[in-house]
Amino acid sequence: MDRRAFLNTAAIAAATTSLARGATPAAPATPVELIDTNVHLSHWAVRRGWADTPARLVEKLRRHGVTSAWTGSFEGVLHTDISGVNTRLAESCAREGGGLLLAFGTVNPTFPDWEEDLRRCHEVHRMPGIRVYPNYHGYALDDSRFARLLELAAQRRLLVQIPLLLEDDRSHNPVLTAPYLQPAPLADVLPKIPGARVMLLNAGARVLAGNPALLTRLVRAGVWFEHATLEGVAGLEALFGRAPEVRVAFGSHSPYFYFEAALLKLQESVLTPEQLAAVRHGHARAALNIA
Amino acid sequence: MNRRTFLSSSLALSALASRSPAAAGSPPRDVRPDPAATAWESPELRQLGAWDIHAHPGPAGPNPAKRMEALIRIADRVGVERVCICMSPPWQYEPTPEQFRRSNDDVLAILKEWSSRVFGLVYLNPKYTRESLDELERCVADGPMIGIKLWVGTRANAPQLDPIVQRAAELDALILQHTWIKQRGKGNLPHESTPMELAALSARHPGVPIVCGHTGGGDWALGIRAIRARPELYADLGGGDPVYGEVEMAVRELGASRVLYGSDINGRSFGSQLGRVLGADISLADKKLILRENLRRLLMPALRRKGYKA
Repeated sequence: MDRRAFLNTAAIAAATTSLARGATPAAPATPVELIDTNVHLSHWAVRRGWADTPARLVEKLRRHGVTSAWTGSFEGVLHTDISGVNTRLAESCAREGGGLLLAFGTVNPTFPDWEEDLRRCHEVHRMPGIRVYPNYHGYALDDSRFARLLELAAQRRLLVQIPLLLEDDRSHNPVLTAPYLQPAPLADVLPKIPGARVMLLNAGARVLAGNPALLTRLVRAGVWFEHATLEGVAGLEALFGRAPEVRVAFGSHSPYFYFEAALLKLQESVLTPEQLAAVRHGHARAALNIA
Repeated sequence: MNRRTFLSSSLALSALASRSPAAAGSPPRDVRPDPAATAWESPELRQLGAWDIHAHPGPAGPNPAKRMEALIRIADRVGVERVCICMSPPWQYEPTPEQFRRSNDDVLAILKEWSSRVFGLVYLNPKYTRESLDELERCVADGPMIGIKLWVGTRANAPQLDPIVQRAAELDALILQHTWIKQRGKGNLPHESTPMELAALSARHPGVPIVCGHTGGGDWALGIRAIRARPELYADLGGGDPVYGEVEMAVRELGASRVLYGSDINGRSFGSQLGRVLGADISLADKKLILRENLRRLLMPALRRKGYKA
């Protein structure tokens, strides 16, 4: 992302400063806006996704009306040269993203000098947020290193995205397994760190749809979610019925998942215009409030 | 419901259809602005009316028919015209005859109201072979159901399935057998079937069509391989995450005519499961086969027996 594109993003976020934690965003000025908060470049280790190139990713997302795609790199999950991964991600998004791909670099707080990766994501690559993969990087969310990462990210006003899983853990390749990431510690950790902002990715089955008590705790702690793995008939409608205050954004987990699966969930649920706008872009914009 | 009452009701499809949110055989209507309009490759696909091989009645509602009504309204939003349902909750891994009869009673109650949109699959547990055969007579031979659902009560390669498959073939009843491969099979429930075990059953019954439920689930790539050599086995796409590549591989390895759209609602969403077909890198003609025509063709012998004109 170049500086101009970044400043545009920042300006959009600044315009949403009134969207306080827990508030439902108002109907959009641009009704067609659609922010996909859960996209990766490259292929997952054991699957070929639907986009072999950033250009293909952009073409399809744009065809479906996506106006911004928060994009990490699958390479960040398993590579140890994370600074190289982040540089390539930033360059790909800037060069081939067509103004659509917003890079989210990877930080692994178990690596030496990980603070420098965080600094580069913010100062060099001008990223609005980062992704962490605790279950692949070997720590839990009550780990003191994670708390330190949240503090530093908060100081830099960076959103921290955390996938709870990347693939169905019943079908892991036996040599590439990772336990499901338990999100419960977030409910205690997050309120202790002023300014910290966290969005859980792929939290559908075991939090949004499957654990109302935990969902309530995480909502109260101010966590954002996205809907890529939210299942059940009319899942979004049911979710808002159970937890009206939940801040769930649009997420597709592309290109690992078919993008159309995420889009059709909007059609399957009857949402108010305000709820629809919040899912399509309102909550995402609020989560990126970097003003 | 006896055979005569069922035939009377099923032949009166037009009357039933007028009580339904969408008329039988016509595309469901939804007048809301379509936030997923681009997901449909063409208006033709949007109006097609999908047939769903794998669905379950919802748990919430005052009675089975009301639960189904809620489900049908949601199906209408996403263009699903007909659903095959089975296994009304509560579910038991190894149901006794009393338990599977009670579950089937719910489906029979649903069919009284919704035969214009819903097909019933009788839930059996082959561990109780005699009782399962009796239930097959009650619900399919003498009742309105058109197929069989086998879940995790008995492994698919067990000999207790043989008389059930033989009777199903005589009745033109389509069999849907659940399969999954968890942790390469090590994580399966004690009597949960794999596609490999279903292939073994199929080899004992050549020519009998059987649907491989979930096609192995998350490890669908192994499931597709397992059923590839058995032309009577059909791949049900439903029930897993909408991971890219499954539909493409199934079409490549099995041919589009052996691939079926299924949702596995209520656990899954219509949208995520339709999305994998609509988003697949396959031809429009293949999508039409998968979403509707293949299942329609497979069910037609049973439907004709029941007097359907679908």
